[in-house]
Amino acid sequence: MAKICIRNLTKTYSGGRVVALSDICLDIEPFESICILGPSGCGKTTLLRIVDCLIPRDGGEITFDGQAVYEPRPDIAVVFQHFGLFPWKRLDENIAYGLEIRGRPRQETAATVARYIELMGLKGFEKAYPHQLSGGMQQRAGLARALAINPALLLMDEPFGSLDAQTRELMQEELLRILTTEKKTMLFVTHSIDEAILLGDRIVVMSRRPGRIREIISVGVPRPRKIISVRAHPRYIELRARLWEMLKQEQDDRIPAETNA
Amino acid sequence: MSKKTLVRLASLAVVLILWEFYGRRVNPILFTYPTAVARAFFELAASGELASYMRESLMVLAYATVASIVAGVLFGVLMGRFATIEWATDMYVSALYSMPMVAVVPLIVLWFGFKVPAKVIIVFLFMVFPVLLNTFEGVKNVDRNLQEVARSFCSSERQLWRHLIIPSAVPFIVAGIRLAIGRGLVGMIIAEFYTSITGLGYMIVRYANAFETDKLFVPIVVVMILGIGLMWLAKWIEVRIAPWRRFDERE
Repeated sequence: MAKICIRNLTKTYSGGRVVALSDICLDIEPFESICILGPSGCGKTTLLRIVDCLIPRDGGEITFDGQAVYEPRPDIAVVFQHFGLFPWKRLDENIAYGLEIRGRPRQETAATVARYIELMGLKGFEKAYPHQLSGGMQQRAGLARALAINPALLLMDEPFGSLDAQTRELMQEELLRILTTEKKTMLFVTHSIDEAILLGDRIVVMSRRPGRIREIISVGVPRPRKIISVRAHPRYIELRARLWEMLKQEQDDRIPAETNA
Repeated sequence: MSKKTLVRLASLAVVLILWEFYGRRVNPILFTYPTAVARAFFELAASGELASYMRESLMVLAYATVASIVAGVLFGVLMGRFATIEWATDMYVSALYSMPMVAVVPLIVLWFGFKVPAKVIIVFLFMVFPVLLNTFEGVKNVDRNLQEVARSFCSSERQLWRHLIIPSAVPFIVAGIRLAIGRGLVGMIIAEFYTSITGLGYMIVRYANAFETDKLFVPIVVVMILGIGLMWLAKWIEVRIAPWRRFDERE
């Protein structure tokens, strides 16, 4: 059975006048990594927020291991584009946040935090406040905070979108490395074709107005992956061209949204 | 010593020297000069007069500060958290805050007399609104992104206050207290002008009426130094309470 089933999900804004998401159906298998790719305004972030019940949906069903989901679950963790670190907490306190909320024992929390500080290469910065760190470091902490609660599902809301190109690639590589040791089911929202191919087992391409699933594509590049090996893979060139063509059409708005493969 | 300090000290020396020379040439009923103020200061300090008046003033200020912080923070939190309370009371709060508080001083004196309680009430009224409104703003303006983070981690209401609302409101509250101290000093002097029994404000009135201008300057300088000292203290506390803000300040 799929880990997460999304059925006929719809979302409208402004009293139904703006349709943000229309009839979204998606199954996510255990330990699968799904990238949602689409132009800005296609509702991909809205979809992710609805999966965590951070915003209400208008229709449709979401089940998690067969259970219906109506409010944020403690075993889902989100990594935000805006990092979402508490400015008054030091780095280690920020990473410990989720564990503290769950009321885990102090010693266990300290050990887990230390492990993720090590894993994310943040050693030596435990006592720094977020504003003293670079964007890349802050997002490492955001990722560590999410991983520390050992979530069954990792929701990534364009987590590397606000980082500079070089830092973004480093973070992608880092994430790939971590996912090989800590297997996770992941839903990753991005507007970068490269990022989607690199990180996804499947890529969900969305169209806009209304936000719909246009096509779901299997990446078919074996794991473990590295940036260099993925880019050298024959599938990469082919997929990149195909996705680029699709996004271009979306951007131009020439193709009606109903086109479905 | 840094160049900045050097320039400041030099400036201070120039101003004091100019004042000294100019002040000596003016009729002492109308103006005075630094050495005369210093002499008056030591005279008033030695006789114990300054200390006793100052104790009275500081006591009033201390009571009013504690009362206004407790009441302001409590009510500000309630207003920020419960919309019904906000809607029912915000017009009175803004009306009272906008009103020059001096206007109600005669009324307070009429109701509560000339002694310490009346003065504490006057100073309290001067101080409470900046604390209240800043607390309210602080509780209201919690970063929406961080609220979302807290929700996604399934934070309880109590945890929401502990990890998010209180820490994000603290800098607002401290800023409110700093504003309140400035207003409180004004209130203190006005209350003592009006009640005219004791305190630094009374000292000012008394020596003004007696045309002892050098002694008149002593409480003025003391209040000025008191203001600077209290502002500095509030700043110091703010840095201790909210160390993550040091960065913002520098920008």
